[in-house]
Amino acid sequence: MKVLVPVKRVIDYNVKARVKADQTGVDLANVKMSMNPFDEIAVEEAVRLKEGKEHHAAGTASEIVVVSIGVTQAQETIRTALAMGADRGILIQSDADLEPLAVAKLLAAVVAEEKPDLVLMGKQSIDGDNNAVGQMLAALLDWPQATFAAKIEIAGGAAKVTREVDGGNQTLSAPLPAVVTVDLRLNTPRYASLPNIMKAKKKEIAMKAVADYGVDVAPRLTVRKVTAPATRSAGIKVADAAELVSKLKTVGAL
Amino acid sequence: MLLAESGELGHTLAEAVTATVVGLADGYDAVLAPASMDGKNYMPRIAAKLDVAPISDIVEVVSADTFVRPIYAGNALETIQTSDAKKVITVRPTAFAPAAEGGSAPVETVSGTDAGKASFVGEEMVKSDRPELGAAKIVVSGGRALGSAEEFHAVMDPLADKLGAAVGASRAAVDAGYAPNDYQVGQTGKVVAPALYIAIGISGAIQHLAGMKDSKVIVAINKDADAPIFQVADYGIVGDYKTVVPELMNALG
Repeated sequence: MKVLVPVKRVIDYNVKARVKADQTGVDLANVKMSMNPFDEIAVEEAVRLKEGKEHHAAGTASEIVVVSIGVTQAQETIRTALAMGADRGILIQSDADLEPLAVAKLLAAVVAEEKPDLVLMGKQSIDGDNNAVGQMLAALLDWPQATFAAKIEIAGGAAKVTREVDGGNQTLSAPLPAVVTVDLRLNTPRYASLPNIMKAKKKEIAMKAVADYGVDVAPRLTVRKVTAPATRSAGIKVADAAELVSKLKTVGAL
Repeated sequence: MLLAESGELGHTLAEAVTATVVGLADGYDAVLAPASMDGKNYMPRIAAKLDVAPISDIVEVVSADTFVRPIYAGNALETIQTSDAKKVITVRPTAFAPAAEGGSAPVETVSGTDAGKASFVGEEMVKSDRPELGAAKIVVSGGRALGSAEEFHAVMDPLADKLGAAVGASRAAVDAGYAPNDYQVGQTGKVVAPALYIAIGISGAIQHLAGMKDSKVIVAINKDADAPIFQVADYGIVGDYKTVVPELMNALG
């Protein structure tokens, strides 16, 4: 089984995003960038499918191809995935911040070329927080989708996916090829070892341009402004529970 | 009101919901759903089938084509304008007041479609008599300070029952196995905005604050006076939950 894992270079999970003074966006100058944490989980699961870790049979995945769409530095994000155990990478270079629909169309074109059996990807990126590309890719390919995966089992030409839904879990069987988006509980991604980081430097990254795929990536949305949310100011400390209850009753919260 | 029924629709499978909604979409200018796990699952699929850029998780409607939505886990708000004639939008439920009940629209049955792609295997729903976390007027949330699953439930459940509250948890408490995943309040869990939010033994990581900072009144109980949760709390008690929570139970009578 061939697995395609799309990954995105985003602001590091531990960095607090700050809005630019001119309200045009979030300030990314001199900010630490990393692989989107949900994508790391997708890479980890793909590598486990290849290695036969956890409940997966060894060799369930035969090849793992990582694809990123973004600036030249997104090569580093692909290298991280290669160091975790992916086999090769594709970078579709773009300085524009492409919208989810455009990204899904590009990925559909990559799928047409690479013909993976499974696309495994993060449920959302932590910058745009759209939570849309996986579902849109599945729609464009007319493939089944299983979003927010907490457990994945591959058997009999299908992915059995336990997914997080409102109020509990739902289990689906998605015949392959399919798109599966992953949630936090699926696994804990590994740190790449130094020997694997060295090995990853020799792995291939194909450099592509958006124009190579001939898809319409014209924006549909215009960002009018980006602002900081209203800040909440610290309130008061109360001495004990009795005082708390009396305050809460005064303001009508109880 | 249109009613569509099928086996797959009964389990809200994205492929079936998409086929049904896309079949009806011609007559409508906008398709809206709550930004629940279900809405997030099928709405982008519908949007792609309609070749529309979806707009996720809006918190404000500026005009018919312009909306405000949180990005970067709520650390920024973007105002975006769409050029698509048809709109496909998910709405953050806590950001808008519910419509008044008592409507009497006629119910018209339309054909429901099975898509025959993914199939339903089973589900495991958490049974609870308490209000649903996303809709509760009061939420009591516990953090890693509670130390174990037994202690979490021993402390949080009676307090929740006394207040008629839903129980939430920080991601740290969920990751440590003290609380089930669907209790998680935060960027990666549920976003709540109750009238009263009581955080017990929660330090207030950015990712947790993103899920509860729009609550009307926030109370924090934490023994660390420097915990970031106090920076957003209206009322704080610096103290050990082991003494404060029993006192609170008494004070509530």
